[in-house]
Amino acid sequence: MSFNNIEFVIEDGVAILTLNRPDSLNSFNAEMHSEVREALKETKKNPEVRALVITGNGRGFCAGQDLSDRNVAPGAEAPNLGESIEKNYNPMIRSIRALEMPVICAVNGVAAGAGANIALACDIVFAARSAKFIQAFCKIGLIPDSGGTWTLSHTVGQARAMALSMLGDRITAEQAEQWGMIWKAVDDEAVKETAIATAKQLATQPTKGLALIKRAIQASATNTLDEQLDLERDLQTIAGRTEDYREGVAAFMEKREPSFKGQ
Amino acid sequence: MTYQTINTQSATKGVLTITLNRPEAFNALNTLLLSEVADVLEQADKDSDIGAVVITGGPKVFAAGADIKEMAALDAVGVMNDDRPKHWRRIYQFSKPLIGAVNGYALGGGCELVMHCDIVIAGDSALFGQPEINLGIIPGAGGTQRLIRTVGKPLAMKMVLSGEMIDAQTALQANLVAEVVIPERTIERAHELAAKIASKPPIAVRLAKEALLKAFETDLESGLNLERKAFTLLAATEDRNEGIAAFMEKRKPEFKGR
Repeated sequence: MSFNNIEFVIEDGVAILTLNRPDSLNSFNAEMHSEVREALKETKKNPEVRALVITGNGRGFCAGQDLSDRNVAPGAEAPNLGESIEKNYNPMIRSIRALEMPVICAVNGVAAGAGANIALACDIVFAARSAKFIQAFCKIGLIPDSGGTWTLSHTVGQARAMALSMLGDRITAEQAEQWGMIWKAVDDEAVKETAIATAKQLATQPTKGLALIKRAIQASATNTLDEQLDLERDLQTIAGRTEDYREGVAAFMEKREPSFKGQ
Repeated sequence: MTYQTINTQSATKGVLTITLNRPEAFNALNTLLLSEVADVLEQADKDSDIGAVVITGGPKVFAAGADIKEMAALDAVGVMNDDRPKHWRRIYQFSKPLIGAVNGYALGGGCELVMHCDIVIAGDSALFGQPEINLGIIPGAGGTQRLIRTVGKPLAMKMVLSGEMIDAQTALQANLVAEVVIPERTIERAHELAAKIASKPPIAVRLAKEALLKAFETDLESGLNLERKAFTLLAATEDRNEGIAAFMEKRKPEFKGR
């Protein structure tokens, strides 16, 4: 597949989606949205793919929405931002969250606005030490979108979510790691290869089981303990019927390396 | 017996399963399909080995509505003489519990079929809706009547007038479905429940269903009278004596359907 605003390759069971508008810090325009949609669709339906990496080219990860697309001249009619969210950002976040495989993010540089929240919607986030996370929305009279108000509350808690969203401060990768907003800060030059290596390792693991873990942990955000216990029972029932569970137990008993198929 | 639009799976643990099977048409409920479902239910009604029926569709579509092509071919007189209401009534008259196992879309006639079920288990990705308004028509198999009695006026009006769908969680909160589970468990859970019901004394189950459904149709006084008569009638069954005796003797009852 060839794209104008992203790069998309599949290797060793891993799909690598690289945002590729480096001159504008990989900010989103309409065409980039449709290309990301297509790449996510391919990731979902290609049976070879068992993990996804999302990263950016150049010095930034993603600066969110390309504001030159949305310039409001004085006196012009106010744009309906809800429409663009409904059509573009929300379906993207929902697809990432629903993808039945691990999604690893390599935040190679600044992640601002929707860019920060796309990163935070991924399952495991690595960030370059020099990368910054900025909820820039408040500076232009907007609110964090792409799941930001939800993700932040669930990762860093309400007090930090409020201040980050209202002050729009830059958070370093290390601070983000300490606060539990991301998994790890790593050296700049290692961030992409770390994410890809992690994804390739995960692509040899029981993908169905990992997808069920993802579902359970996501559901816990709105479930009571009682509901979650029922869900764990149901998901474990499914997991216990996978070929990979059988293989995992057999390999353990036979003291050999398991060979997982992801089913 | 073989059918063209549905598959049936013969009873295990007293449960018969009907699977809607017109994947090429997103399980659209054409007249043949409705009549086949009604036929199966009528036979199941007479079959004492069957205690409950599970009805399900595909993993992505339960049923996407009526068959639009078929509908388009009918003028007003054709619609008036249509057999469809007769088949819907036959489905409604099934006297044993009908359990729906819904994954994916249940729209229009599909959503109305859901409302013909006594208990519905939905996968968490299921979507329900009455989009008839988009075609210049309205729900024609109870969608306006059963929906408003089930989910209440605000949601029923929103669904029927706007055609917007609701998700499984909303359907659960609105009492359109009884339980939401992960999609892989939908049919299994419906089966568990159906098998449990099929192990109960069948005459009591049947009268309980009848009495419960009457609550939609009568005033409280008449409903209570019907309930009392059903309650009295059960006193004449062997199963009732067995049920009470087993409880007192702390053993498992053995029901015979008499």
